[in-house]
Amino acid sequence: MSHVALAAILLLLAALGYTMGRRRATALSGGQARRLHSLPSYHGLYVALWCALPAAAVLAVWLVAEPQIIAVLLMPSLPPGSAGLTDGAFQLLLGDIESFAAGRAPEAGTDPAVIAAARRLSELRQSGFILLALAAIALGAGGIGWSRSRIRPGLRARNAVERATIVIMIAASTVAILTTVGIVMSLLFESARFFAQVPFSDFLFGLQWSPQTALREDQVGSSGAFGAVPIFAGTFIITLIAMAVAVPIGLMAAVYMSEYAGKRARAIAKPALEMLAGIPTVVYGFIAAIMVGPALRDAGEWVGLDVASESALAAGLVMGVMIIPFVSSLSDDVMNAVPQTLRDGSYAIGATKSETIVRVVFPAALPGIIGAVLLAVSRAVGETMIVVMAAGLAANLTANPLQAVTTVTVQIVTLLVGDQEFDSPKTLAAFALGLVLFAVTLATNVIALRVVRRYREQYE
Amino acid sequence: MNQPIAFTLKPTSAPAVAVDSPPKMSARGVDVFYGEKQALFDVDIDIHRNRVTALIGPSGCGKSTFIRCLNRMNDVIADARVRGSITLDGQDIHDPGLDVVSLRARVGMVFQKPNPFPKSVYENVAYGPRIHGLAASRGELDDIVRASLERAGLWGEVAERLNEPGTSLSGGQQQRLCIARAIAVDPEVILMDEPCSALDPIATARIEELIDELRLNFAIVIVTHSMQQAARVSQHTAFFHLGKLVEQGPTEQIFTSPRDERTQGYVTGRFG
Ligand SMILES: Nc1ncnc2c1ncn2[C@@H]1O[C@H](COP(=O)(O)OP(=O)(O)O)[C@@H](O)[C@H]1O
Ligand SMILES: [Mg+2]
Repeated sequence: MSHVALAAILLLLAALGYTMGRRRATALSGGQARRLHSLPSYHGLYVALWCALPAAAVLAVWLVAEPQIIAVLLMPSLPPGSAGLTDGAFQLLLGDIESFAAGRAPEAGTDPAVIAAARRLSELRQSGFILLALAAIALGAGGIGWSRSRIRPGLRARNAVERATIVIMIAASTVAILTTVGIVMSLLFESARFFAQVPFSDFLFGLQWSPQTALREDQVGSSGAFGAVPIFAGTFIITLIAMAVAVPIGLMAAVYMSEYAGKRARAIAKPALEMLAGIPTVVYGFIAAIMVGPALRDAGEWVGLDVASESALAAGLVMGVMIIPFVSSLSDDVMNAVPQTLRDGSYAIGATKSETIVRVVFPAALPGIIGAVLLAVSRAVGETMIVVMAAGLAANLTANPLQAVTTVTVQIVTLLVGDQEFDSPKTLAAFALGLVLFAVTLATNVIALRVVRRYREQYE
Repeated sequence: MNQPIAFTLKPTSAPAVAVDSPPKMSARGVDVFYGEKQALFDVDIDIHRNRVTALIGPSGCGKSTFIRCLNRMNDVIADARVRGSITLDGQDIHDPGLDVVSLRARVGMVFQKPNPFPKSVYENVAYGPRIHGLAASRGELDDIVRASLERAGLWGEVAERLNEPGTSLSGGQQQRLCIARAIAVDPEVILMDEPCSALDPIATARIEELIDELRLNFAIVIVTHSMQQAARVSQHTAFFHLGKLVEQGPTEQIFTSPRDERTQGYVTGRFG
């Protein structure tokens, strides 16, 4: 809470710096902004940045380093003999101190040495914060004073501000990139731990998936338990069904919207179709599980087919409907981007509208359409909610869409739901599956984006 | 700029226009509206075989609008409406008995910006013959493609590149490819809407030579904003102004002794 207050104070200070810088620049110019190298507002920003950036840097460093610094300072006040404790016991002791300091433990029944240490911890934290606040505010004020004194008509405040903006933007993109790198790293490391216990080839080519059997210590990595082929096959079947629904419907909708629909029809139809993508997937999930699944089973009974009430077909059909807009909207865009002059050229030779669409518009848009389909594939492969609710959990190795199957995403969910140890092969398997999923969707996305980009270049 | 344009009639091998022969196409009382706005007023003109007819006039005066009437390309524009009579060999092109597809096979068009399809050079030229079923075999199609490219003066340059995309050619080559594409269906009239405006002078000169050769076999209508070009390639010139056809006649007469003072002003460069 008090950190927030400190940040607010610094922001106010920066705002003050802005006004001061601006005023000073205006005063120096004698009312003629043209005598300044940069506009007064840049001088204001210059002062504000000098106020806010150093203070913010100190704040950031403190937030990261505080626990370590406090821990070192706390060492002398720990109960005697704690230096000789085992690692686990030492962590427990620290935990006790921490929870007492946070007011979560009653005073009665707590070791007085712990209470003393906790008091010391609170003191340290408090004085640390006061020091931090003083330092940050002093830095901010100092920044204002120093930068304001540097304001001259010739000061290149605009260039300085622009450089600072670039640095801020680089920092922002670094955060995004580092996050991705961090996620990939943790996937890689956890998967490596998994593959230390289960051979890579067993995972990739094994036909048996039953992670539960591996829970008992003596059966770790028991042969066949982590064969992921049935899961990949399930994902594949459901994706295939979904694409079989989404590609034809999406493409025909796209052709209608871009070539036949009038302006008004298009203005209504396109957002309406895109709304399909905005429906929460959990809603699709229960439609698949409660309506489509049982309906398929009943229909199957009627014609004498044995359809499971949780089936690949039900999940795939509903998922297909969900990704229609991924296909239709992008395809519509790329077909619209085909220049009218190409259509005119075709009409002028005597081609009809449908000939023009099939022979000119469609081929010209094909790379973009392939890109759209690939993006839809990667969406289907990564989709979780619908399959969790409607495809079942059984890791059947089957090509029959009427049976229950399971997918990579479903297995990740079931492996991690509930209380789990974080170093059993069962939980680690989730990381390995996640890694595979990531690799597949990344590859499809990269290919799709490349194809789309190549197409764009052709017409610009 | 007030100098009259130097006017030279190149001696050509083309047959002289038989003015008393019936016109290939003929427009009478043509009005065009875009929505409520009238863009063309009461245009009368005859298009003759073996003759290049140039449409000139300041930009926005309706030249493109008129040339697009001749193969009913204005049908493609939702709010365009054409009134009046236009005939091809005496038959009304708006006659329900005449299919717009066969009209456009007989009246080809080349556009301002070269617009080859994103297909190979070969497929670009073969497009029309395939659609209209003009070739019974691959061999025949090959012959049509080759003959069209030769007539468009492009064969020598692309004979080895038939399978490369049409878009990989230079601008001038692309425009000649579009001309080849248009003549591959063996039309009777070729419409060209500012065919050289996106080209450099050398490519322009090649197209102009080509137009002069094509005149032997086709009736040609060309829109141009360059008076020099009209003077170089055409035998008949029509001057449009604010949606009206102000004056038409033999090109030499339009450029040397125009009757209307608006024409005079335009050809001597006083406006436009
Ligand atoms: N598709 C269209 N919709 C509405 N108005 C148009 C359209 N095309 C042309 N016009 C109008 O018709 C007039 C003639 O245009 P155009 O025939 O293109 O002239 P030009 O080719 O002689 O420069 C212009 O005023 C133009 O704004
Ligand atoms: Mg025009």
